[in-house]
Amino acid sequence: MSLNNALVEKYRNNFLKEVQDNVEEGDWVKMCMQCGVCAGSCPLGDAWEHTPQKIFMMIRANKRDEVLTSESMWMCTSCYNCVVRCPRELPITHIMHGLATYAKKLGLAPKHNPTQWFSEQFWNNMLKKGRVNELKLGLSIYFKDGFASGVKEAMAHQKLGMNMMKAKRMAPMEFFGGHGIKDIGGLQKIIKKAQDIEAERLEANAK
Amino acid sequence: MADEIKIGAYLCTGCGIGERLDAGQMETTATRDGKAKYCKTHEFLCSRAGVEMIQKDIDDGETNHVVIAACSRRAKNDAFRFPTVALSRANLREGVIWIRPNDDESQETTQEMADDYIRMACAESKHMKVPQGSGEQQLNKTMLVVGGGITGMTTALETAKAGYKVELVEKTGALGGWAATYSKRIPVKANANAMPMDNDIDAIIAAVSEHANINVHLNATIAKTEGAPGRFKIEIATESGTGNTVEVGAIVQATGFSMYDPAKLPQFSSSNADVVTNMELEALAKAAGDGPIKRPSDGKEVSSVVFVQNVGQNSREEGQLQYHSGIGDLVSIKQALYFKANNGDDCDTTILFNNLRTPGAAGEDFYRSGQNHGVTFRKGIASGVDAGGSLKVNFKDMILDEDTSLEADLVVLDVGMVPNSGPDPYAVPMEIDEDAEAQNKADAEAAGTEYNRPVEIEVDSILNLDYRQGTDLPQLKYGFTDSHFICFPYETRRTAIYAAGPLRRPMDIHQAREDATGAAMKAIQALENAGKGRAAHPRSGDLSYPLFRKEGCTQCKRCTVECPFGAINEDEKRYPQFNESRCRRCGTCMGACPVRVISFENYSVDTVGQQIKNVDMPDEFDEKPRILVLACENDAYPALDMAGQNRINYSAFARIIPVRCLGSVNTIWLTDALNSGYDGIVLMGCSKGDDYQCHFVKGSEMAHYRMGKIADTLQTLNLEPERVATYEVAITDIQRAPQLINDMAATIEQIGMSPFKF
Repeated sequence: MSLNNALVEKYRNNFLKEVQDNVEEGDWVKMCMQCGVCAGSCPLGDAWEHTPQKIFMMIRANKRDEVLTSESMWMCTSCYNCVVRCPRELPITHIMHGLATYAKKLGLAPKHNPTQWFSEQFWNNMLKKGRVNELKLGLSIYFKDGFASGVKEAMAHQKLGMNMMKAKRMAPMEFFGGHGIKDIGGLQKIIKKAQDIEAERLEANAK
Repeated sequence: MADEIKIGAYLCTGCGIGERLDAGQMETTATRDGKAKYCKTHEFLCSRAGVEMIQKDIDDGETNHVVIAACSRRAKNDAFRFPTVALSRANLREGVIWIRPNDDESQETTQEMADDYIRMACAESKHMKVPQGSGEQQLNKTMLVVGGGITGMTTALETAKAGYKVELVEKTGALGGWAATYSKRIPVKANANAMPMDNDIDAIIAAVSEHANINVHLNATIAKTEGAPGRFKIEIATESGTGNTVEVGAIVQATGFSMYDPAKLPQFSSSNADVVTNMELEALAKAAGDGPIKRPSDGKEVSSVVFVQNVGQNSREEGQLQYHSGIGDLVSIKQALYFKANNGDDCDTTILFNNLRTPGAAGEDFYRSGQNHGVTFRKGIASGVDAGGSLKVNFKDMILDEDTSLEADLVVLDVGMVPNSGPDPYAVPMEIDEDAEAQNKADAEAAGTEYNRPVEIEVDSILNLDYRQGTDLPQLKYGFTDSHFICFPYETRRTAIYAAGPLRRPMDIHQAREDATGAAMKAIQALENAGKGRAAHPRSGDLSYPLFRKEGCTQCKRCTVECPFGAINEDEKRYPQFNESRCRRCGTCMGACPVRVISFENYSVDTVGQQIKNVDMPDEFDEKPRILVLACENDAYPALDMAGQNRINYSAFARIIPVRCLGSVNTIWLTDALNSGYDGIVLMGCSKGDDYQCHFVKGSEMAHYRMGKIADTLQTLNLEPERVATYEVAITDIQRAPQLINDMAATIEQIGMSPFKF
């Protein structure tokens, strides 16, 4: 049985409890009082399918699939407007990221969502050298839809690139390897260990 | 000595009065026009030296009618307190120098204003007497409390603790009321993890039963209440038929509430055994003790429960409550926590709300506690409960905007609280459209259904007052007994009879106990006042009361009908019978009387009428109109004083006279004023209607009603109706009140001077 199915089986009709047990800061969801200030404060609120207020209500209403496959949490830009304004002091931004991570772990995150894709690029990029290689990260975005469109995209931004180089805001030599932290192996071990602990916990919760 | 009126006038030249006005001329005005025996000027009259000067003159018998020409009658009350003499005040500060520009051009009219106010104060003084009290007053330090629920018991205890005796009348056979049926209570001081607190009702019942000052009558009702504050005679009827009579000084009615009948809501399957009200759930919780709560139909332990909030209330549908009881959400949170505590964390408890109301700081904490303990709150509007098989609550989710449903073992309905009031003395009789009813009857017969003719629901009287204006306390809205909840809470329209607890508005135990304490304090105040012959709110301490010249009375009954406080009964010969201790001294009777036989010692048709007549009336060609302003002393007059404090100017042609209430304005004053050449009259009272601010509840409304009829009179006199204007003015109308006077001045400029000048 997949991890996802095991969790469905375990929590059955209580998605709120599943969120409380497994999602980072998920314990806060029950404290939402549905005032809607987060929804009204979100600068991208109109672009979302579900506002945080709705996501929290859907969790209480056991709409598991709709929540976990939603694109909404992935659209959060972490501006923290909602966190600042929430009268109940819920860490809404963190809950949104927690839900996104949880959906990703269960393989339910929307496949073609660009922020989801970008997050993955960012993470993998960072993991290689222990720091983000901005040049490579930027290029990976240009070439995300193939070589031809990537070249076209890069040419269109040629002038910007030249100016950034002149202002020493872009280091072209980073393309070749790039610099990293001292003990990259150590960092990778730390992260691996953390991931193992989390995975174990989730496995245990699914039983 | 008392017969001869010796007016002593005192002119203060402080606060700029001396610089702005001609003191010498005002002294002459007081002695020559005002017929004052003397006029003394002091540069700082409210100082100790100034006050001592006046007191010495009083003590030496130099004067028995004091006229103080200084600041407003609302200022320096403590300094100018001379209870043994008739006192009147000319308002030269707030009423003259502060509302007029300080320039040469305005000087003449400003001085005229001041002179007129001195003439008016002297004229008023001449017709005043020192109020002596009626001598009928009695002090009775016993209080009647009607109702033995939490409110009544708290009132009784607080009263008893203050050293007064209490007669407590309870209809049923036991004390405790609703509160005795509760398993636990909403916590008074909550935190975000608070659980329901223990019900301490038994301790309160014991305290009441044991208190030496409290005499409890169980299975008892009030057969008759007669008399007046300080000397009420109460006939108590008991079930066994053994009645007895007690005498009390004041009454607190704490008859509480009933629950709205859920049978009126068939769409919620209210006849199903597993659909209960919050009150019925308390019984289930009590029966369960520390064990799990079981559902009534088959005794199964409840594993899922849905609380449907706000049913049959806050509704515009016929037969439902138009208001919301306000505390039902806290009750449901409390009961949801019963399930979390007794039926386990896994018990699915959902509170289905549309607008959650958890009043007070403790209420908000308790809401958090409910959330912390895993009670699910869903915002939705329930349309009904399906009872086929398992119970299913259908609702529209207001956040997700979808129609959906929840299944549950038990459904709890939050129905509203209905006050246990007696019949409203001022209820408008139901009108039945006979043609429509005949049609309804025919339709019902044709359809083969039962026809029910609409009937007026009869309510048993609670107090059985022997008052001409009905047997019970007047109601404000939706059957609740209340007065203005901000300006004068507790005050009813029956002096020394107070309402407390959910009879006034829906309340929980905590609120009801606070309310009960407040009512006890007010009632003690009232019986003490009655003992001294003093008025209660808002003219607290006033010793004057309505005097009545029987020979002139035509038995028209306007006074007995219009008195907002039911103070006036009728004697055997159908003459009005004034009960001075029921009276609030508003003077509405005086304003009503067409033959002007009602007056107060210090406030009468003459004290105001003579002020009107003693204004110096310039002739038609002087282009100096005169505007009479009769301003309510509670709101409009203070607003005008404050306009003065803010140096807002208004017309120097206005002559303002404070009245106790616009209801006391007798139309003869208007006739007199118009006949003696006034060009315009402005009447300022408080706002009337449902959201009234009138301190005497109905006074302003009566005045507006009477003035509505004056336009005809004006036209028969060939006067423009615009010359008389009646306004509702609030105490905050500091800009507007002066503007209304200026508007009248502008109107007069437009329509011309009155033709009645001599």
